[in-house]
Amino acid sequence: MKTKHIDEILLEHPFFEGMNSDFVRVIAGCGINKLFHAEELLAREGKTADFFYLVRQGRLAIEMHTAGRGHLILQTQSDGDIVGWSWLFPPHLWNFDVRAMETSHVIALDGKCLRQKCEIDKALGYDLMKRFSQIMVERLRAVQVQVMDLYGNGR
Amino acid sequence: MHTDDGQPSQASPCYTLSFKRLGELFLLLEDDGFQIIGPTLQDRAIRYERLKSPDYLVHGYVDHQKAGCYHLEKQGDLYFGYTVPQDSWRRHLQPPKETLWNVKRSPSGFDFEENSDDLQTKRVFFGVRPCELRAIEIQDQIFLKGNYVDPHYHHRRDGLFLVVVHCIRATSTCFCTSMGVQPFCSNQEDQKSHARPDLALTEIEGQFFLVRPGTHRGAQYLNRLELEEANPEDLEIETRLSQVVQRDLKRNLNLNQDHLKEIMDLQMESPYWNEVAQRCLSCANCTLVCPTCFCSTTEDLVSLDENTTERIRKWDSCFHLSHSYIHGGSVRSSVSARYRQWITHKLVTWKEQFNTEGCVGCGRCITWCPVGIDIRSEANRLRSQWRGES
Amino acid sequence: MATAASLPEVFRVLSRRQETQDVFTLEIAPHLAGSEKVLRFLPGQFNMLYAFGFGDVPISISGETGQVDHWIHTIRNVGSVTNGLSRLKEGDILGVRGPFGTSWPTNQNEGEEVVIVCGGLGVVPLRPLILHLEKNRARYQTIHLIYGARSPNDLLFTSELHRWAQTFQVEVTVDHAPLGWKGQVGLVTRPLKRLQTNLQRTTAFLCGPDIMMRLASQELLERGYRADKIYLSLERSMKCGVGHCGHCQLGGHLICRNGPVFQLDQVIHEMNIKEL
Repeated sequence: MKTKHIDEILLEHPFFEGMNSDFVRVIAGCGINKLFHAEELLAREGKTADFFYLVRQGRLAIEMHTAGRGHLILQTQSDGDIVGWSWLFPPHLWNFDVRAMETSHVIALDGKCLRQKCEIDKALGYDLMKRFSQIMVERLRAVQVQVMDLYGNGR
Repeated sequence: MHTDDGQPSQASPCYTLSFKRLGELFLLLEDDGFQIIGPTLQDRAIRYERLKSPDYLVHGYVDHQKAGCYHLEKQGDLYFGYTVPQDSWRRHLQPPKETLWNVKRSPSGFDFEENSDDLQTKRVFFGVRPCELRAIEIQDQIFLKGNYVDPHYHHRRDGLFLVVVHCIRATSTCFCTSMGVQPFCSNQEDQKSHARPDLALTEIEGQFFLVRPGTHRGAQYLNRLELEEANPEDLEIETRLSQVVQRDLKRNLNLNQDHLKEIMDLQMESPYWNEVAQRCLSCANCTLVCPTCFCSTTEDLVSLDENTTERIRKWDSCFHLSHSYIHGGSVRSSVSARYRQWITHKLVTWKEQFNTEGCVGCGRCITWCPVGIDIRSEANRLRSQWRGES
Repeated sequence: MATAASLPEVFRVLSRRQETQDVFTLEIAPHLAGSEKVLRFLPGQFNMLYAFGFGDVPISISGETGQVDHWIHTIRNVGSVTNGLSRLKEGDILGVRGPFGTSWPTNQNEGEEVVIVCGGLGVVPLRPLILHLEKNRARYQTIHLIYGARSPNDLLFTSELHRWAQTFQVEVTVDHAPLGWKGQVGLVTRPLKRLQTNLQRTTAFLCGPDIMMRLASQELLERGYRADKIYLSLERSMKCGVGHCGHCQLGGHLICRNGPVFQLDQVIHEMNIKEL
C-alpha cells in the first residue's frame, strides 16, 4: 500500500468523516499501520483490549468459540469498518476473538493512550463517543435482525 | 325510464301485470327452459330458492331489521313488503361450495376435466332489489371484466333473466342511496350498466304490478302477454311510493363517503381498530351475507383409492385467520387487522382494485352481525375522529 | 382482452435437483407429445403449480427468459403443497397455470447501473433478471449483486454465483457462518451502505423477506436513491392467480395482478402498515 501519514488515512476514512482535523491529528498520534495475514488473531476473548482497529483493506471476522460448534463467525468487517469498542469501557477486556480472514491492512489505535487524551479533552471524548455509539447502534440493530432468522422458513 | 333521482319517468312503456298474469309469465319462462328463483319463506327468514309458481312467493310479510336483529312479521297484503332478505343472489351465481374440476389418474399421468354440472340451466332471478342488481354488476366487474373471466360465473351469469322489484319500504339498516344506488331502478337505457334488468316491477298496494321492459328480451315477453298499458293514476301512485321510500332512506343513518380514502389512510394505525376488535367476534357473518363479497378458497378432495381429486372452491372470508396465511403464519393475525381489512376494502380499496363501489348499502352486514356492529356508525366514527385530529 | 381462467395444463418433470436441505429445483415441460409449444414468460412472473391431491401454490419462474421449451422452478419445502411438489421425481406429472403477474423491467434502465439485493429464496424470482443482465452485460454499467442468506449451506446457485462474480460486483453475506467461511457475515444493508453508484441513474431490484426489503428500501432511500427506480417483489397468500379469490390483497393492490413486482413508491405506504 502507498505510504501515507496516518492522519491522512484517518481523514479519508468514513468513521472520521467530518471530524475536526485537530482531533484527527491527536488520534493519529495513537495509531500505527499494521498488516495481518489470513488466520492471524487481532484480538482474543477475555484479553486486555488496548487497541481498536480501523480496516483499510481486507476482512476481519468477529468470532466466538463454543464447545461442540467450534468457531462461529458473528460478523465480518471490511474496508472502511471499525472493529472494537471494549477499550472504551471497563474492564477493558475483549468480548470476542477478532481474526483476519485474508491479508488485511489496518490501523491499530492505542486505546489506552486515547482514553487518557479523551479524559483531558472532553470535546474530543464526546465526539469519539458519538461516533462509537453510532457504530454500536448499527451493530445492535444488525444483531436484532439476525436473531429473527429472517431467511428461515418461519417455523 | 327513471330519472337520476330515482323518480319513475313516464317516457317508456309501462303495463299492468296482475298476480294471475304473473303466473302466465312464469309459465312462459319455464316453457322456454328457465328455472325461476325467488323469495321464499324459510326458518322465519326470507331466502332465495326455486319457485315452482308465484304461489310459493312470500306473501303478506314485512321485515324489521336493525343492528343485530331480524324479524319477520305477518302484516298486510304485499308480496314485496319486506326489504332485503338474509340471503343474496350471490349464492346462485357463485355457490358457497362448488366443484371446479376433477383430476383423474390415467396411464400417461393425469387428466383435468372441467366440471360443468349445473352450469347449463337457464335461470330467472325474480325479485331482485336495485341494490342487489348493483351487487351483481359489481361481481360482474370482478369475474367478467378483468383480465381473466371466471368460466363458472360466466356460465351462470350468461343469459340470466333478471326481474327487478322496486323498493316501496326501507328498513332501518338500508342506506343504498349513500352508496349511489336508488331504491327505484336506475335508468335502464343506460348502456354503461352491464346488469340491466329484463323487467322492472313496482308492486301497487298488493293488488297488481306495474311492469316495464329493460331489455329487448324482456319486452318480447311482455308482448306475448298482451298486457294493458298502465293508467296515469297508477303511475301517480308509483311516484308517491317512490317518494315515501326516499323519505325513509333520508331519515336513516347514512354513510358519508366524502374523503373516506383520506380518512382511512390516515388512521390505519389508530387505536380505534383495537377498540372495534373488542366488539367484533371475527365470525365472518358480515362477509357471508354480503352480496358483493367474493373471496374464495380452494380445497382438494382425494378419493380413497387416490385415483381422482376434486377441486372444490368455497367461500372464504377475510375474517378467517387462514385468509392471509403465508408459510409460517397469517399476515393479519389480529382481529383489529382483519376488521380494518374488511371495512377499508368495502369502502375504499375496492374502488382501487375494481373501479366500482364495494358496498351497495343493503345493510345485511349490520342486521346479521351478532353484536350489532354498524358499518355506517363505524365509518362515521372514523370520520369524526379524523376531524378531531385534523 | 379477457381470457378464461382455465384448467391447469399437464406438465412433466424433466429433472429434479436438491439445492439445499429444504430447497429443490424442478425442470418441467408440457407433457403431451406434439405439444412442443413455446413457453413465454417475463422475469419476475410466477406460475401456479398443482401437485396431485395437494393443491396449488404460486411459484416464481427461475429460468432464463425468452422463448423456452421448459420451465425451471426452485421451491422451498415449507407447506403441504410444496411438500407434495418435493416428492415429484423425473417423469412425474404436475399441473401448471400461468405465467401470471408483472415483471422486472429490463429495457428502460439500459445504460444505467444496477443494484440487485436478494435475501434467502428471494434470489429465485431475481434469477431470470440476473441471467438477462448477464446475457446483455454490455448494455448496462456496473452491476452490483448483494445476496444474503441464513448460512453458507443455504446459498442457492453457488456455481453460478462464481460465474456472476466475474462480471458483476457480487457480495454475499450470511447471518451465521462456521470457521472457514470466506465471505461476509452481517445484514445485506451493510454492503448497501458502501454502495457508490449514480443516485439518479441506478435501478435497484429487491426480493426477500419483508423485513429485509423494508430495511434495504430504507437504506437506499436514506442514501438518496429514487423510489421510482427501486423495484421489489411482494408475497401474499394466493389461491387463483387471476384476481378472483381476494387472498393476495395489499390495500388497493391485488398482488397476483398488480404485482408481484412493484415500484417502491407504489407500495411504500402499504409496506409500512402493520398486518395489512
